[in-house]
Amino acid sequence: MATLTHHHEPAAIEHLAPSAKAQRTFMTIIGAGIVLLIIGVIASLMHWGESHEGVGEAANHLTAGNHAEAHSDEHSVLWRRIVVSLWHSNIFFIGISVVGTVFMAIQYVAYAGWSVIVKRINEALGAWLIPGGVLLIVLFVIGRHDLFHWTHEGIMTKGSANYDKIVAGKAGFLTFGFYLVRMVSYLTIWAVFTWRLRQLSLLEDLNGGTSYFHLSIKTAALFLVLFAVTSSMSAWDWIMSVDVHWFSTMFGWYVFASWWVSGIAATTLIAIFLKQAGYLRFMNANHFHDLGKLMFGFSIFWTYIWFSQFMLIWYANLPEEAVYFNQRLGGFEGRYTWIFYFNLVINFGFPFLALMTRDAKRQMIIMKIVCIAILVGHWSDFYLMLMPGTMKGDNGFIIEIGIALIFLGAFLILVTRRLAEASLVPVNHPFIEESVHHAT
Amino acid sequence: MTSPALTAAPVSTAPAASSSTKRFALGIFDDEDTLLHAVDNVRAAGVKIYDVFSPYPVHGIDDALGIERSRLPIAAFFYGMCGLAFALWMQIYMLGFDWPMIIGGKPNIALPAFIPVSFELTVFFTCHGMVITFYTISKLYPRFKTPVLDVRSTDDKFVMAILLDEQSSQMPQLTQLLRENGASEVNQKEMTKF
Repeated sequence: MATLTHHHEPAAIEHLAPSAKAQRTFMTIIGAGIVLLIIGVIASLMHWGESHEGVGEAANHLTAGNHAEAHSDEHSVLWRRIVVSLWHSNIFFIGISVVGTVFMAIQYVAYAGWSVIVKRINEALGAWLIPGGVLLIVLFVIGRHDLFHWTHEGIMTKGSANYDKIVAGKAGFLTFGFYLVRMVSYLTIWAVFTWRLRQLSLLEDLNGGTSYFHLSIKTAALFLVLFAVTSSMSAWDWIMSVDVHWFSTMFGWYVFASWWVSGIAATTLIAIFLKQAGYLRFMNANHFHDLGKLMFGFSIFWTYIWFSQFMLIWYANLPEEAVYFNQRLGGFEGRYTWIFYFNLVINFGFPFLALMTRDAKRQMIIMKIVCIAILVGHWSDFYLMLMPGTMKGDNGFIIEIGIALIFLGAFLILVTRRLAEASLVPVNHPFIEESVHHAT
Repeated sequence: MTSPALTAAPVSTAPAASSSTKRFALGIFDDEDTLLHAVDNVRAAGVKIYDVFSPYPVHGIDDALGIERSRLPIAAFFYGMCGLAFALWMQIYMLGFDWPMIIGGKPNIALPAFIPVSFELTVFFTCHGMVITFYTISKLYPRFKTPVLDVRSTDDKFVMAILLDEQSSQMPQLTQLLRENGASEVNQKEMTKF
């Protein structure tokens, strides 16, 4: 068994040359997503597997007006489903993107050396931020009525038929203009800092020295302060305002925990794929062990936040708060109940048991399975945050999974492209040797 | 810091050996890297190392010494289970049977409400069980006189201990081997009740 003093090989530049097979796989993922989306749309138009009493009623009445109304309703349900699932998957992938930068920033501020080997993966995750951000803004502008109850006409005007006193009380915060300004600000801050840290890192590759490192630490520290605020606020805006009557003071942390553990799982999964394709020569079981510890720990952290939010609401049992869990546990004829328990099993039970031992964290196959489970589980967690508030009883899975696969394929193409732009090993990082010699 | 009297001087091998007396060759090292190389080389030379004492944990020393993985986590798991069982029993018995009360309209045995206490007691039992077990097997429990091979291993030196036979016959070869591998001094020490 080699000790840390036995490495004499210096870290060297490694360039990723994405194989044609990988590109084909990404296109296949997108293709599968499109096929599922089309199947889902057709199924939804034909009412496969639905016992929609509204349809029967419309057929019984057979009045033209009634029929047309039912028809336009169906269109809007389908449209709503597509908008909501675009929003859902996009938020999930934007979260993973920004967590790449956050992870790297934390490592900088902590003067951590071990993680330098995965730094380029963190940088590459940020590739989704700008396309995803633009899409998010477009989605809000065109689809806000399908996503947010508070955007409805007259809901904040006294005397209107739609007037809602509680929503009107939030009028100072939830207005179209202010919301858009906030949204653009969060995304711009994230994208600018992601770009800046990446730029410093590439300059370091070219010129060496420690000045870029110190500059990166300052940049990272400022980013973390800003992210602490913007991550919470984006969670309120993008997700919590869907259930506009309801609020939870834990929500910012809850969304952050979900994003954070997904981001670490994505980093690990990409590292495993690169390792298995013969790249990242210096990455070894010790690095995977540490990433595994983080996934294990933050899966528990997510559960802690989840439970803290759940238990207080369950115990206090205030109607305006408990409605959130009523909808998810047995509401809408119990259609969300299984997801509620599924999330707990896949996001807590499975990683907790699978990653508990030291050996499991050092084996790529187990890590791979757990990473995939965590990513699926947290996508499903966001599903449960968004769907009951937007789709009520009209949720489904085929369209949603199809759209998620399209996002996944596009995300992977962009991330791979960014990975291939620079050396996979940041050779001039002052701590690269420490990372190469890392032992747990 | 260290008085000359405390530094281990070579001990005569004359006194009759009792079964509780052990003799050690002590290689004193100034640097952890030198120590790690020396550990590899000494083991490669076929010498069994009794133990290594260092002022702070040295990365990679466990692997270099070929120490097996600790079974402490297995003990920790059972301590945790004991804590969990105790916590659940305590809460279910107290709130369900001994003095049932309706709180917040919840059932007497309301499991979600029991999770925080169960979690805390699991952690409590695990931590205390692990600390007590570790101190016991490492002989770190309070004693009147703590045997130390070389007190400088608590300050700035790394000490490699090799068990000698009753006649200390290997001492000359060991001295040479340790010197060759960077030991700044090589001493011999006899310990009773070690």
